[in-house]
Parts: sequence; C-alpha cells; structure tokens
Amino acid sequence: MAQAAIELIGINKSFGAVRANRDINLEIARGTIHGIVGENGAGKSTLMSILYGFYQADSGEIRVGGQPASIKTPNDAIALGIGMVHQHFMLVDNFTVLENVILGAESDALLKRSIAKARSELERLEREYGLEVDPDAIIEELPVGLQQRVEILKALYRGAEILILDEPTGVLTPAEADHLFRILRQLKEQGKTVVLITHKLREIMAITDTVSVMRQGTMVATRETKKTTVEELAELMVGRRVLLRVEKGEADAGAIKLAVKNLTVKDTRGVTMVDDISFDIRAGEIVGIAGVAGNGQSELLEAISGIRRAVSGSVMLDGKPIDLTGAADPGELRDRGLAHVPEDRHHVGLVLAFEENENSILGYHDDPRYLKGPFLNIDAIRNDAKDKIAKYDIRPADCRLKTANFSGGNQQKIVLAREMEQDPGVLIVGQPTRGVDVGAIEFIHKRLIAMRDQGKAVLVVSVELDEIRSLSDRILVMFAGRIVGERGPEASEGELGLLMAGVEHQEAAQ
Amino acid sequence: MDVFNAIVQTLDSTIRLSVPLLLACLAGLYSERAGIFDIGLEGKMLVGAFAGAAAASVFHSAFLGLGMAILISVAFAMIHGFASITHRGNQIVSGVAINFIAAGSTIILGQAWFQQGGRTPALQPGERFEAITWPGAGAIHDVPILGPIYSELISGHSILVYLAFLMVPFTWWVLFRTRFGLRLRAVGENPAAVDTAGISVAWLRYRALICTGVLTGIAGAYLSMVQNGGFVKDMTAGKGYIALAALIFAKWKPVNAMFACLLFGFLDALSIRLQGSPLPIIGKVPVQFMQALPYILTVILLAGFIGKAIPPRAGGVPYVKER
Repeated sequence: MAQAAIELIGINKSFGAVRANRDINLEIARGTIHGIVGENGAGKSTLMSILYGFYQADSGEIRVGGQPASIKTPNDAIALGIGMVHQHFMLVDNFTVLENVILGAESDALLKRSIAKARSELERLEREYGLEVDPDAIIEELPVGLQQRVEILKALYRGAEILILDEPTGVLTPAEADHLFRILRQLKEQGKTVVLITHKLREIMAITDTVSVMRQGTMVATRETKKTTVEELAELMVGRRVLLRVEKGEADAGAIKLAVKNLTVKDTRGVTMVDDISFDIRAGEIVGIAGVAGNGQSELLEAISGIRRAVSGSVMLDGKPIDLTGAADPGELRDRGLAHVPEDRHHVGLVLAFEENENSILGYHDDPRYLKGPFLNIDAIRNDAKDKIAKYDIRPADCRLKTANFSGGNQQKIVLAREMEQDPGVLIVGQPTRGVDVGAIEFIHKRLIAMRDQGKAVLVVSVELDEIRSLSDRILVMFAGRIVGERGPEASEGELGLLMAGVEHQEAAQ
Repeated sequence: MDVFNAIVQTLDSTIRLSVPLLLACLAGLYSERAGIFDIGLEGKMLVGAFAGAAAASVFHSAFLGLGMAILISVAFAMIHGFASITHRGNQIVSGVAINFIAAGSTIILGQAWFQQGGRTPALQPGERFEAITWPGAGAIHDVPILGPIYSELISGHSILVYLAFLMVPFTWWVLFRTRFGLRLRAVGENPAAVDTAGISVAWLRYRALICTGVLTGIAGAYLSMVQNGGFVKDMTAGKGYIALAALIFAKWKPVNAMFACLLFGFLDALSIRLQGSPLPIIGKVPVQFMQALPYILTVILLAGFIGKAIPPRAGGVPYVKER
C-alpha cells in the first residue's frame, strides 16, 4: 500500500450529550479515492469537519503525510494541502467565479492585481483537470454542476493535494455525476487523494478504491471496494440486513382516481414551469415522476394539492374538478380524499417547534375525533399519536418531544403517518425519502406499496432515479415542464437518464 | 433672479442637511454589507455629537473634539459588535439598546458636567469647524448664475462636508476594488464561505463595525460642531433612521446612497423653506405637513417605488457554525 496521506488516530468528538465520533481510526492512502459511507448522523461529516479544522476533536491525533498535524482552523487545513467541497456550497452567490476562487486567498490587497494573477492560474487548472467554467460568470446564474466545479477549483487554487467531497452528487443529474467522477479519476491520476463522503452505495462501488463504513459515530469497517458488495456495505451501515429493492407484485390498476389535463403552471417569477401536462392515475397503481430537480415537479405537486395557482388546465379528483385558481382549500381536498406529503417537510409539512403529537394531526385538527366541543381533545390526540408512533416505528417513541429533535427520517415518518392514516383515496408524495436513511427508506417504500395494494392511487415525485424505478408501476419523465416520456418500471437507468437530461426531447425538436 | 437665488439657497441647505444623513448612511452601509444590521446609527451619532462638542469646548480644539467623537462612537459600535458578533445576540435589540443608552447618558453626563440642562457650552470660534472659502469665491460672487453656484454651493462649507462627499467614491473603491471590500461583501452574503476560506468572520465584522463607528462619529461631530454651535439633547432627531431608510432606498450602494441622502436633504430643505409661505393653487400648507413630508415620502418610496431591494443575504443573522 502506498504511503498514507492522512491518518486519524483515536478521534473523539461530542456535541453535548451526543457522541458524534467515538475513537475513530482511519488511514487514507495517497493517490487513491477513499469512500466513507454511513447513514445520516453516523458522524461522517463531523469527522471531515474535524479534518478541515471546522471543529476540534476532543481527543485524538491527525497525521498528514506522516507528520502529526495540528489543525485548528480551515487555514491550517488549507496550508497542509487539504481542500473541502461542502455539501452546501460555500460560495457567494452574487460574486463571479473568479471572486469566489480568490476569496481568502487574494495575492494582493487590491483586487485588480489579485484577479489578474488568479485568472491565468485558473485557466491552467481548468485545462489541466477538464474543469471548464467561465471565470466571469456569476455563481447564481450557473447550474449546480458548474457551481460544484467552482468549489473544486477553489480547493485546487489553494494547492489542495487532498480533496474531501461531502455528498457531492446529491444535487447533480446522472450525467453531471458521471462528469464529476471523470474529474475525480483525473485528479487521482495526477496524484491527488480524494475522500468521498456519501450515502449512495452505487457511487462508492463505481469510483472508490477503498471504502470505510461508519455507524453511530464509530468506524465499523474498511474494505477494498473490489472485495465488497452493495449488500454487505448496506448491512454494515444499518447493522442489519436491508432490502435495497422492495418486493412488489403486479399492479392491479382500477378506475381513474386523478386526471390531470393540459395543466400549465407558472412560478412566482412568471416563468412557465409546468407546460401543458396531462396524465391519469388509477386506483391501485403507483405513478412515479422522474426528473432533475427544478424541471417543474414541485410546481406540479403544488398545483395538484391546491397550494399554487394554475394558469390553465384541469385536475379531476374522482371525476370532480379541483379548484386551480389558487383559492382551493387544502382542507376540503383532504376531505375529498387527497393526501399530500410535501417535498419540503421542514417548511411545508411540519411545524418544527411543535410537539410530535401536535404535528401528527396538523391539517386534520378540525376532525371531530380530535375535538371536544370547541377545544382540542388532548387525550385523543396523544393516544392517536402514540398509535402512529408504534405503527410507523417513529423514534424516539415520545409524542411530547419537540418535532425538531427527531431525525430527518423520523420526521418524514411523522408526516407519512399523518397523511396515510387518514386513509386517502389519492396520495401525493414529494421526495418520499429525501434525507432519509437506508433502513427507513425500506420501511417507507414498503408502506407506499402497501397503500397501492389497498387500491389507493399514489403519485410519487422523486429526484432519486433508483427510488422511482423501484416503486413505480409507470414512470413519467419530466423535463423543462413537460412530460417527455412514459416508461415501464423495467426501463434502464441510462434510458431514463437521457430523458431526464432532455436529450431525446431536443433531438425530436430538431 | 429671486427665484434663482431661492433655488441656490435651497440647494445649499440641501447639501448641509444631507451631510449627516450621508455619513450615517455610509456608516450603515459598511455594517449591513458585512451582515450586521445597525439600527443604532442614531445612538452612535448622538454620542458622537455629545463627545465632540464636549471635548471641543473643554480642550478648545475642534480636531480634538472630532477625534473624541470618533473614539466614543467606535466604542459604542464595539458594544454592538460584542453583543451581536461575539455573543450572537439579536442585532435589533442591541441597536435599540444603544439608542436608549445614548439618549439617556448624553443628557445625564451633559447636566453633570456642564449644568446647562443637558446642553454643552456654546462653542467658540476655533472650537468649531469653520466654513472654508474657496479662492475667488468672493470675487466672482456677483457673476450671474455661475457666481452664486460657485460661492454658495461649492465654496463655503466646512471640511466635514467635503469629507462626507469624498467618502462616497472612497467607500465605493474600498468595497469593490480592495481585498477587504471583497471579504466584507462576502461575509454579508455567506459568512460560511468566508469561514471555510480560512478568514475570521468575527474579526471581519468587527472591522466593518469600526468603519461604521468612525463615520457615525464624524456625522455626530458635524451635527454639534458645524450645523449647531454645541450639543443639544436628542439633536439627531431621527436622522439615523432616515439614513437607514436611505440605505435601503439606495440598495446598499454608495453612489445611490449619496443621491438618496441628497433627496432626503432636499425635502428637508424644501420643508424649511416653504414653511409659512403659501403654495400656488394649494394655498397655505400647515407647517406640520411640510415637516412630515420627508417621512411620508420615505414611506411611499420604500413601499414600492424603488423596485425590489435585496438586502445582503446574511444580514441580521448571527453566524453560528453549523453542525
């Protein structure tokens, strides 16, 4: 094995009572791509933040290139040749690419000279690593894939030899992710060391040389990627066997429950986001909408669930129209049997400052079951919440706990439990497993399929192609506000990826 | 000719009245661009005005007065920084507290030190900043049109007036042409980006607040040592808030800030000039209405005539490293 670029020895870190990292030992070989996988909250990001000087370890030692290193600030890390691409980009949105690259590494007190110097250096880096970006473009006008390149360029400009990427593909299209992987391989060929943090096992298998698995703050295993499997890694991550693809029988589609016809929706800026879309969902089937985020899926969901005004078109629920003027009463839609699990559970689905039991009836608080005269029937609400907690395995099992204190996966289960337990005829789910761990994904998928088998119509919108393929009976692909194709669940990833990138669509238009 | 003279005189007082607004507005620009809301501009101007007049009258030196105004004003800015940067307190609460402390302490100290009901002694020549007469101002005063413009509008102001207007291009240059400016703008937009780039967010924001303190100190000194011959209680009279309104109106840009402050200064000058004199068609307008005019206009302008003003994205939010 080559010389170690980084060695972590006995790293401990606690936040209050939470032990985020316990006695972590890790060795990363120079010139390799090393993956670190684990569920949310397993301590991956904390460990990397310690390495980047964002936090200090409570105890333990870091060695960089064999030398003990004291990394107290990001500056120390940068000086040691460690660069980091954060999950949420650390870019100033209204600055240019060049300004972002030089920020903190300006060679001169006057910008003109710093920028002139940076420009030629940046051009060299772009050529060398295939990282083309217009240096004078404004960040917020760039697609996320290019923003990420700017982050990589920032690290390289500072002379990074070791590049840490935290969940780099979460925001990318499959094509962009492939491009990123090519860049990473090129970096590796040039002798750089890459540390890839992710919870997507497919990516680990595709690109890494070595992979370490974290669970609940500890490092449970390190494997050579060639000698492991996705199943083994998933089991190591969760601590038990996991079904990565939920078993399901044939769909038994019945009558049309929801009919969308010629729907057109504009966003707040007046841009057409949903462009003349028509489709039906029948009882007993799951229809999946695939697409790269921002191609109109959000607006489609909002229009159907009555929280966004549509410009034209109609949506029929059980043969009766839904008010699309923006004046629709979501409460009335619930009464008619349309349940909605919003994409953004933090802003739309939950009141994080409320107790769990309060959130578990949100929107259904007018239901006589939860009322005693004009007042809320607290006992009924709490008992109801306890039932849902038991049924959906929500942890911790405490209906009085503040919702913000639940993990993302459990928050999602709270929303799902609330909407599913109302026994709706139509269930609309946006990003059912965004930010949810492998174990909980399995559970949520099983639940959705159970709904289908009970004869409900389910609409799933997700940017995770795996999820769409594993759940859907029919797959609709959205691109630029239109449905550019319908495929069966057997459609290959490559085929769907091309549709999502609008390739076929553009060819047809020419 | 009467009309022309009236216009020149109104414009002249526009300049005089907009100077404290402009200095305060630029002061606010430094802190808000760095992501610190500063509703305490008013209070810092007030302590600056008091410290300036008090020191000038005790030490018989205008420049010592100015220095003391800046010193005390910066000290108050540092209190705001300590509360809102170091201790991540609410910036509005901290700013309001500073305004209250300023209003109360200037009166108490003024009464304790000078026994003139909260005033400082009237400043003597040499203790104030005198008007600077530009060469030839007297000679060409009688030349039609150009004469009054040169001798009244351009010449005949105190050094602080010229300083205030020079601060406009200077601030622009600092913000958009220097490393410090780049970092300052960055920290107001995305402090996490600055932090991960290895720059101290706290120190950067403190430095921005020092700039704020210096400028509010000069603004205060202008009020008590140029516009007035001494400190009078509550003499800032809401100028700090108007400056904040002008800052939003100017969309946090220095040159826009100058025009916004000139507009507010002009309305102020106009309201003074038109007091008691009947307007054509409308007739006599109550004094109170004229005095309220700048504020009414502020509300109207801010309510929708300026388009969308996008504040620095991280404004008002204390920086906490995320887990």
